[in-house]
Amino acid sequence: MAVSVGLILWSLYKIAFLLPREVSNVGAYQIIYFHVPAAFTALTGFFIGLAASAMYLKTGDLKYDAFAAGITEVALAFATVNLVTGSIWGRFAWGIWWTWDARLTSMLACWLIYAGYLILRRSVDEPTLRARLSAFLSIFGCVDVAFVYKSIEWFRTQHPSPVLSVRNGGGMGPGMEAPIYWNWLAFMCLAAVLATVRMRQENVSREIDSLRRTAHSY
Amino acid sequence: MDRSELQFIAFGFAAAFLILMTFVLLLALREGRLRKELDRVRKMVEKK
Repeated sequence: MAVSVGLILWSLYKIAFLLPREVSNVGAYQIIYFHVPAAFTALTGFFIGLAASAMYLKTGDLKYDAFAAGITEVALAFATVNLVTGSIWGRFAWGIWWTWDARLTSMLACWLIYAGYLILRRSVDEPTLRARLSAFLSIFGCVDVAFVYKSIEWFRTQHPSPVLSVRNGGGMGPGMEAPIYWNWLAFMCLAAVLATVRMRQENVSREIDSLRRTAHSY
Repeated sequence: MDRSELQFIAFGFAAAFLILMTFVLLLALREGRLRKELDRVRKMVEKK
């Protein structure tokens, strides 16, 4: 947690004082330093959730299910940050809060799928059935995660094309994009802490269910 | 950089901060609720 807060503060200092105030034709571009790392953290979290779900289906061990639930919920929080900061930037740059562009729509679909994942978990009481259905939904959702990632290469719509130099067509200088990676690291550290807490809660919740069943069986 | 641009940047950062803080708060509230419930159910099992 301390590492994460330290990195975010350092990045804020860099964004505020070391980076140029304006970049040609891109207003309020500083929002990208939270918008993109939040997206990376969310998509990474959903992929880790996929791996944990696959491990659950393979082994049947509920600890993988608890881990998948924890990381998916945290990833959804970061996906919310991504959508909201993107919408704020869109209002400044395009004059609109939202448009049904390929990237925005696929990210919203992704958000809805994983929100559905959390609703599904709340609506099924039996732990193994809940874990199995959630694992299938997590695996299904990851198809959209891959689509979200590639959508700005496949479709040339309203959303800007890739800006990072590691991707095709990205034209951001290394000095300019370094804070994006530092913030991603900070967000990943924060996500790891939150997912651990959430996973523990999932285990406690299962323990409560088990104790309740024991109490009712007397 | 004009005032409106600065406002949007501030809104963007504030939104990111608020969403994450709300999530942390909800997590903390759930933690408290689960601990209380666990204690209650444990006592219920012990009584029986």
